[in-house]
Amino acid sequence: MSQIQNNIWAAPRLSMRWWPVFQRNWLVWKKLAIPSLVGNIAEPLMWLVAFGYGLGSLVGQIELGGEKVPYILFLASGSICMSAMNAATFEALYSAFSRMHVQKTWDGIMNAPVRLDDVVLAEMLWAAFKSLFTVTAILGVMLALGISHSWKLLVAWPVLLGVGITFSCMALIFNALAKGYDFFTYYFTLFLTPMMFLSGIFFPRDQLPPIVRAIADWLPLSVAVDLVRPLFMDRWPDQALRHVLVLAVFAVVAFWIALALTRKRFRS
Amino acid sequence: MNTPLLSVDHLVKRYGDTTVVNDLSFHIQPGECLGVIGPNGAGKTTSLRMCLGLSEPDSGSIAYFGGQQMPQDALAIKAQLGVVAQMDTLDPDFTAEENLLVFGRYFGLPDATIRERIPKLLEFAALSHKAKAKPGELSGGMKRRLSLARALINQPRLLMLDEPTTGLDPQARHLMWERLQLLLQQGKSILLTTHFMDEAERLCSRLLVLDQGRKIAEGTPRDLIAQHLEPEVVEVFGQGAVALAQEASLKALAQRIEVSGETVFFYTHDSRSLLGALQAWPALRTLHRPSNLEDLFLKLTGRQIREEG
Repeated sequence: MSQIQNNIWAAPRLSMRWWPVFQRNWLVWKKLAIPSLVGNIAEPLMWLVAFGYGLGSLVGQIELGGEKVPYILFLASGSICMSAMNAATFEALYSAFSRMHVQKTWDGIMNAPVRLDDVVLAEMLWAAFKSLFTVTAILGVMLALGISHSWKLLVAWPVLLGVGITFSCMALIFNALAKGYDFFTYYFTLFLTPMMFLSGIFFPRDQLPPIVRAIADWLPLSVAVDLVRPLFMDRWPDQALRHVLVLAVFAVVAFWIALALTRKRFRS
Repeated sequence: MNTPLLSVDHLVKRYGDTTVVNDLSFHIQPGECLGVIGPNGAGKTTSLRMCLGLSEPDSGSIAYFGGQQMPQDALAIKAQLGVVAQMDTLDPDFTAEENLLVFGRYFGLPDATIRERIPKLLEFAALSHKAKAKPGELSGGMKRRLSLARALINQPRLLMLDEPTTGLDPQARHLMWERLQLLLQQGKSILLTTHFMDEAERLCSRLLVLDQGRKIAEGTPRDLIAQHLEPEVVEVFGQGAVALAQEASLKALAQRIEVSGETVFFYTHDSRSLLGALQAWPALRTLHRPSNLEDLFLKLTGRQIREEG
């Protein structure tokens, strides 16, 4: 079938041809892995140390569901979700845009028998994978710092992959709409930064006014935090299924929109 | 007659009210090199994009290899095409070798098969010594040849080249031509678009002249020239040359006279008497030559500049 769907809202047509595209990104990244990893984990760790230990010594313990937890644990379990979000978003915005628009890598790929849908899928999975890599490194440092030793962190790991997937799908919408890199600033300042403060990463969401809280509870980052934080505290999350479903709905709907807009961009 | 590799029938493409490709039909036989020439905005790139399934025609049909339809069978067709786009899409982070490896994987070829083909392709592209170099370290001509090698990784039945030598210096252009001629000798088939008439004359067995989305002429370069032009041209330039176009004694000796800028072009079947008559203006400079594709192109599409994309 045609490489670019004429009806932009047609169901995704996916095949295993995404794999060589993913492999391509992996091969590039392997060459730059060390500096890229350092950049990706240094910043979240600085936040953790500055706020966790600095602010944490002022705040002391935080009461969460009847249990008192050290602020560093509270912050670490939230900020790892933020790291997953940021790593996936950066890759699916700046790097994907370079490949799509600046280097014309996608155009080259579509001269071979690869459909646009598979290219978009590959970019989505790649951004999620890269975010998982960052998250794994940060988890390793957190373990070394002794912030949490719960074996339930093994469950947090695939959950964070899901968080990466959701946020790379969302970022690809903005990738499809972008005329240049400057456009991405809107996404960060209008969506991601407010979400960071509303999702219970730095302070519990019950500090928010009720009406704001009602909305904030449904944000994908809030849902991610609600899933991951209990695992850090060696507990199972409440309403886990509901949270997973919310993330999945965000991911599927965002991917579909991203795909439609990318098809529109490439159709002429 | 063989089954054509590509037949395009009554192709139409509109953008809003503008028809950019208007009832275009042509075909390519195995072993042929078909050149598509035309001024900017003639519809060359749009036609090529439709043939590659990157743009949907408003009507008409594009069939490959005796039955596969574009865009419905795009992936099966692409598996047998080699494409060199106007702009290089080489991966800047990869070496020449890696560029070929990664591209071969898009065709679903096993790594072992690709690795076996890479040294031969690099040799063909005269890039064996640059196997470990990244595109940023290559000259313009080398990049184009690497793009050509990349397009050959799947051993395509038909090559589609969009302005393969635009922006290259004469040495790099000649090397590219040499490689393309080698491919033609090996029996490959090529569709190419070009702005260079010497390129079209040298490489193409048949030409398609497009203007404003329409096919205005088709045939072998020699036939087209014989059909549309007088065989000889005398160009006259210098102070006062333009006035000669009105000179009755000269007008009688040429079949057709054109003025462009400060130069007068006399098109004639026999230039001897004309050259004799021009002795009366010793201050003017003359250039006597056989008519060529450039003359044909300018006659068919006019001398005005087309500056829209």
